[in-house]
Amino acid sequence: MYVAVKGGERAIENAHRLLAHERRGDREVPELSLTQISGQLSLGVDRIMTEGSLYDRELAALALKQARGDMIEAIFLVRAFRATLPRFGASEPVDTGQMQVRRRISSTFKDIPGGQILGPTFDYTHRLLDPELAEGSKPEAPATAEASAAIMPRVTDILGRDGLIEPSPQLDADAPVGDLTREPLSFPADRDLRLQNLARADEGFLLALGYSTQRGYGRSHPFAGEIRLGEVEVEFMAEDVGFAVPLGAVTLTECQMVNQFKGSATEAPCFTRGYGLAFGQSERKTMSMALVDRSLRARELGEEVIAPAQDEEFVMSHSDNVQATGFVEHLKLPHYVDFQSELGLLRKLRKEFSEAAADTPEPMQEAAE
Amino acid sequence: MTVADENGKQAQRKAAMAVLAHSDAAEIARRLEPIAVPAYENLREPENGLVMLRGRIGGDGAPFNLGEATVSRAAVRLATGEVGFGYTLGRDRQKAQMIALCDALVQSNEFSGAVEANVLTPLRAAMASERDRKAAETAATRVDFYTMVRGEG
Repeated sequence: MYVAVKGGERAIENAHRLLAHERRGDREVPELSLTQISGQLSLGVDRIMTEGSLYDRELAALALKQARGDMIEAIFLVRAFRATLPRFGASEPVDTGQMQVRRRISSTFKDIPGGQILGPTFDYTHRLLDPELAEGSKPEAPATAEASAAIMPRVTDILGRDGLIEPSPQLDADAPVGDLTREPLSFPADRDLRLQNLARADEGFLLALGYSTQRGYGRSHPFAGEIRLGEVEVEFMAEDVGFAVPLGAVTLTECQMVNQFKGSATEAPCFTRGYGLAFGQSERKTMSMALVDRSLRARELGEEVIAPAQDEEFVMSHSDNVQATGFVEHLKLPHYVDFQSELGLLRKLRKEFSEAAADTPEPMQEAAE
Repeated sequence: MTVADENGKQAQRKAAMAVLAHSDAAEIARRLEPIAVPAYENLREPENGLVMLRGRIGGDGAPFNLGEATVSRAAVRLATGEVGFGYTLGRDRQKAQMIALCDALVQSNEFSGAVEANVLTPLRAAMASERDRKAAETAATRVDFYTMVRGEG
């Protein structure tokens, strides 16, 4: 138990002053600007937006700067900021099928309508450190080619036309969309609530869980049906205006996992799906999310729940890194009173132990020894 | 106004809002400058807030809450009575107010032509050229994988 302590104001103030000084680093070196962070450390900013659950590049860049590059601290700052603003409402659901695509790949079909587009990717790089970058080299201008106006259907839509994959669950008009920022978690949780939880979940935690399913702890035989990155328009039904107003575009990454079959006596076997969606360019996150979304559907699909990644209470209760760090890190705050009572109890137990030992007569020597 | 007129007007306002929401606040201000904007009052002081962004399960299924976004909004009324609304992603309250002002002007017979010519047309062109540039850079990374029989190559 944590009991409040008093005092130490001066030391705390000086510690924060020292923190600000250390954060600045060498004062002879130019200070980082938010535009630099947002533009040049953009995937870090994307992760803070995703797990901070707030789409605002500038705020996420500020959080990263303030947190000295500590992602979880930055995510914490963003979450705290979001609590200061009123919510106007919820957007119309975004249509990722209408995305202005900047990257789109499928590991299931070589020839997909609209083509495979690598976009800005680390894939196929050799992972060799680049000394030129250390010296501040100027990159070449991007190559260009004639863009085709062909639409890019989701790979799952193509499979869906032949009934080879299960359809997405459709809207239940009577059920409000679950929101874990408004209602505490309760189990069993529906898929909408699970996806919200996974969307803001720690990337490392989801990566490890997704990996565990591949290694046999709740195997689901996944293929990356499609990963796409790009800009999606957002609309908001504003009551005062009387129609859905455009708010601008957000960058999203979407991953559609295609997993092995289910079928029954009455339904032909078909592929099942796992889904991942995140702010910015967050490929590893959405892939892990889609793996875990699929494994958490074990109950719904009649699979035996035997692995951590299939246990929704385990996954959803431990996925949030702000909650997790709060509970782990609170251990370093003063617990003096609590510890004193433990110490008292331990001394009492040791006293009883030594008294009991003194009262016991020496055991008789066995004759054979 | 007939229903068709009403719908047409609404589509026009929505199209204008889409261009403005995509544009830079400083650019909108610069384009508005030559227009002799009539007197107006704030119906809603520009403010910041959040909108919960929703995705769909599987991309096309039931909605779920993905995470929030910062949004700014404002509302103005021209001296001639037209009421305009401004909504945009981000925390730029001035931008929301300028969008509201443009929305009001678009509804005014006197100003809609000037706003279309001086503000919306150039901003729309800038937005389209930016989109084309990105599309061309993206297209250059289109790949044709070919498969080989295992053991080949």
